[in-house]
Amino acid sequence: MDTFVDIVLLAFLAICAISILTLRDLFAMAMMFGLFSLITAGLFTTMDAPDVAFTEAAVGAGISTILILTTLAQTARREAPRPRHNALLPMVVVWITGAVLIYGTADLPAFGDPDAPAHNHVAPHYLQESPAEIGIPNAVAAVLASYRGFDTWGEVLVVFAAVVGVIALIGLRRRPPGVTAGPVAMEQHDVLRVIAKLVVPVILLFGLYVQFHGEYSPGGGFQAGVIFAAAIILYALVFDLDAARKVIPPGWLNRLPAIGALIFGGVGLVTMLLGGDFLDYDYLREDPRAAQQLGILLVEIGVGVTVASSMLVFYFTFAERGRGRRTGNGETGA
Amino acid sequence: MSFFEHYNYHLAIVLSMIGFYTMISRTNLVKKIAGLNIFQVSVFILFVSIGVLDGGTVPILRAGQTEYANPLPHVLILTAIVVGVAITAVALTLVIRIREAYGTVEEDQIQEQDDLP
Amino acid sequence: MMALVIDLLSWALILVGGAFGIIGGIGLLRLPDFFSRIHAASVTDSMCAPCIIAGLMLQSGFTLVTVKLLFLVIFLFLTSPTASHALAKAALHGGLEPGEHYDAGKAPGRKR
Repeated sequence: MDTFVDIVLLAFLAICAISILTLRDLFAMAMMFGLFSLITAGLFTTMDAPDVAFTEAAVGAGISTILILTTLAQTARREAPRPRHNALLPMVVVWITGAVLIYGTADLPAFGDPDAPAHNHVAPHYLQESPAEIGIPNAVAAVLASYRGFDTWGEVLVVFAAVVGVIALIGLRRRPPGVTAGPVAMEQHDVLRVIAKLVVPVILLFGLYVQFHGEYSPGGGFQAGVIFAAAIILYALVFDLDAARKVIPPGWLNRLPAIGALIFGGVGLVTMLLGGDFLDYDYLREDPRAAQQLGILLVEIGVGVTVASSMLVFYFTFAERGRGRRTGNGETGA
Repeated sequence: MSFFEHYNYHLAIVLSMIGFYTMISRTNLVKKIAGLNIFQVSVFILFVSIGVLDGGTVPILRAGQTEYANPLPHVLILTAIVVGVAITAVALTLVIRIREAYGTVEEDQIQEQDDLP
Repeated sequence: MMALVIDLLSWALILVGGAFGIIGGIGLLRLPDFFSRIHAASVTDSMCAPCIIAGLMLQSGFTLVTVKLLFLVIFLFLTSPTASHALAKAALHGGLEPGEHYDAGKAPGRKR
């Protein structure tokens, strides 16, 4: 039964991907893109990966779709018809590459095989030693923040670098040259305003829950950061962008990714100052288990702060750049 | 059935080829970025499929359960998903700037403007 | 005995929810006008998901999972009608008038 659900979901994914490929209306493509991420999240859940499913749903179906839509509002609504002269070469390349790759998977172990190398080296050690060494039930959080904490540190830095790149490219001047910000027409959005005011605090509370309960259930810093950003983005969509900018002033918002990275790296520096290696949490407290849990808590807070502020920086810079510029409904490519 | 042993891997490769084809054959820059995301997701599916264990469950440790899915690919893919959205954000930023500089986001029209003497 | 009744009831609810999902999907594809398609989509949000969640609540008994599922249902009841409302409002803002295109094959025109 599991296999059947798996097969059906993967088939839906392939159909969805083909429709993303062939749709000429790019807003419809953005919606199919959100659907693609959501089906992938369902697939990850059936493959026993709820943390990954959570992150994929929040990030892929949430933030990526919003960013694509905000970009489409400033660029083009429809794709231009494709020039016909090189229609065959990409197809040939893709078929050959696909055939070679499928030939290469012939030696892979069967799906779910307990004797596969993936299940027999490091992973049993993590699963067996983690209750004694760390003591939190969520093995993924334990591996993410403690056993493989250095990789997570690198990833926080990658997100920070992306924020720097986005701010440097479109965040320094609020508007592209030659465009004046016209007055935004405020229509009556009574139902949306009431519901948004009811729902935004709930979403923020849920974000905090996911952040701090991430050691006992699927969750953690990444998912919580994205949920937090989604609440503020909802507020910005229903009320005006300026009102949402007042929630976290731009001066603070642009510094928060750095503060999150500092919290993470700061924990590592403190452990070095206390005599251990970088990010060796055992030196934070006398009891190694309590020390590991404290280290994981602080590190996840750093990750949550960085991810939340990064997603907000992305959305606000995109939205502010697009103010005063609107493409028509039929414009192609320009 | 030996066909269903590798079905996940084959479908992941099919998805990655669809994403690859979107990237190389379509000229609209935003669509290329969507193809890049499809490719990334297919790699995630490949890795998470490697981590599945028959008879195992969600890697949240609890009493009475000894078999868990492998948590290591999950950690890797969690990081990869967030890195993927960072890449998408920077790529879309570049598309916005290209639109402001060239007036279009179709690759062949951009090439024409660049090739003009 | 009681466990069997609860089991059967939860199965019935989940199957009914699935049937409503299929009904909503058929309506989404076959109805002629955009605004009637919003009705079909909201059938999925208002009947399919709550029925399935109610079936799951019966399956999990009196645990914390049931409370979380209850919160989920309340959240869905708040947000999915709002989504239909936002869709209809956006369509009206874009110039689409209800009820003028009862021909499934024709693309709706713009009226400004």
